[in-house]
Amino acid sequence: MGIAVEVADLYKSYGSVRAVDGVSFTVEEGEIFGMVGPNGAGKTTTIECVEGLRRPDRGTVRVLGLDPQRDGYELRRRIGVQLQQTALHPRLKVWEALDLFGSFYPRRVDGNSLLEQLGLADKRNAPFDKLSGGQKQRLFIALALINDPELVFLDELTTGLDPQARRAMWDLVRDVRNQGKTVFLTTHYMEEAERLCDRVAIIDHGKIVALDTPENLIRSLGAEQRVVFSADKRLDMGMLRQAPGVTRVERVGERVVVYGKGEGLVSGVIGLLERAEVPFRDLRTEQPSLEDVFLALTGREMRE
Amino acid sequence: MRGLLKLTLTQMKLYLREPVATFFTIFFAPLMLLLFGAIYGNEPSPLFGGRGSMDVSVPSYIGLIIVTVGLIGLPIGTASAREHGVLRRFRATPLHPLAYIVSDIINYLLMTVLGVLLLFLTGKLVFNVRFEGHLLSVLGGFLLGTLAFFALGYLVAGLAPTARTAQTVGMVLAYPMMFLSGATIPWEILPKGIKAFAQYIPLTYVVRLMRGLWFGDAWSQYGTEVAALVGCLLVGGIVAAWTFRWE
Repeated sequence: MGIAVEVADLYKSYGSVRAVDGVSFTVEEGEIFGMVGPNGAGKTTTIECVEGLRRPDRGTVRVLGLDPQRDGYELRRRIGVQLQQTALHPRLKVWEALDLFGSFYPRRVDGNSLLEQLGLADKRNAPFDKLSGGQKQRLFIALALINDPELVFLDELTTGLDPQARRAMWDLVRDVRNQGKTVFLTTHYMEEAERLCDRVAIIDHGKIVALDTPENLIRSLGAEQRVVFSADKRLDMGMLRQAPGVTRVERVGERVVVYGKGEGLVSGVIGLLERAEVPFRDLRTEQPSLEDVFLALTGREMRE
Repeated sequence: MRGLLKLTLTQMKLYLREPVATFFTIFFAPLMLLLFGAIYGNEPSPLFGGRGSMDVSVPSYIGLIIVTVGLIGLPIGTASAREHGVLRRFRATPLHPLAYIVSDIINYLLMTVLGVLLLFLTGKLVFNVRFEGHLLSVLGGFLLGTLAFFALGYLVAGLAPTARTAQTVGMVLAYPMMFLSGATIPWEILPKGIKAFAQYIPLTYVVRLMRGLWFGDAWSQYGTEVAALVGCLLVGGIVAAWTFRWE
């Protein structure tokens, strides 16, 4: 697999604010690469430097082998871009938008089949300002795909969407990747990055603090998983400590939380409970997530 | 090229879908003509050198259309497209920025032409107004006046931080010009004191040039007007190019 995006030592300031403070990474062809971090971490500035919409103060950016600043026109023919703060003319109809933006490219795909694919076929004649948030986002994805791009940029794709629309959007992004395109996205939803991305760069205060697959990031954290259940007050807490990998046990009223590491934790806890014939209910396990990774790396909760 | 054409056609469609803009660009001046024609008629009058009130109003009202599009429609349209991120989306395509500006100008120009055509047709059909000039000469004067005001419009849009400011500034500049330049109230009946100051209003130059060329005067008689409008075009154009922002 080749390299779609290569960024080295990227710096960008607005006045005295360092938005991007020395960022380096590569995006491989055919992957979904995600940049995740809180609002104001520098995600949008980074992606817009890569798209060629902003000029970096320092550093090198190569996209599909091109310099976005020098070869901007050539590059923009081959990429698809969904921007964060953007709109179309309120009275522009969906089909007109595709027709118009398609006319800017030498190569383009059929707008109708794109609308079909994105579930917008029945909105063909609707003006932009009559679309819902999710429909607008899908239209912007359609515009980003109209030129059959090799590389698609999605900036905060699902912000403001309800959970159902968000999941539908994830399926769409996977479809795009399955067509052989590379996807570079930003999000401030850790869950989105974890579920959707092949590799994730966690960015905070303009710096990449970690970059790997979501699984590796979580594993490298070495965080404990938790087994949570409710049980009768007579339960012997000392007994639970015998399960393999248990580090500590907590109890609040009827609710018991067993912390630990390793594969055998869950079956160990259940085995002990059954052998002791202790009735328990509502047992579930909680895995560490990217959220925990972010917390561990930055000392802060991700949610604003 | 294909993109430029498609963009221009789309912009025109969108312009005509805005009822307010369409009304003030295309129907307002002809309606004014009908209204004042019903009041004053088009009898030859010594006040207008033997011409009728409507004969003189048609070329004057061209100034009204130009200032409406140039200083109200254009700055609002440009600044709000910028503010809502419409321009940003175009920047992310291979469309050349210059192609966008050219299509924008062509769109506003054709809308102004549409307004002028309807104005002239109304004048001709209802009041049988006179046209004593040369078509090319009038067209040239019209282009100069229009482009000069478009330059001022882009300048307002470029300097205004928001669409709201652009709208306010555009209107504050446009309305006094409409009434003091001879574009609506005939120049001949304006008080002397107002004339002394109003002769330096940019729109006054447009109205004087249009009226002159409309009745067959030579360009050489309008050196001041042409110089003033070329000045507006250059200064406005340069500052506008300088202050133009995509977001």
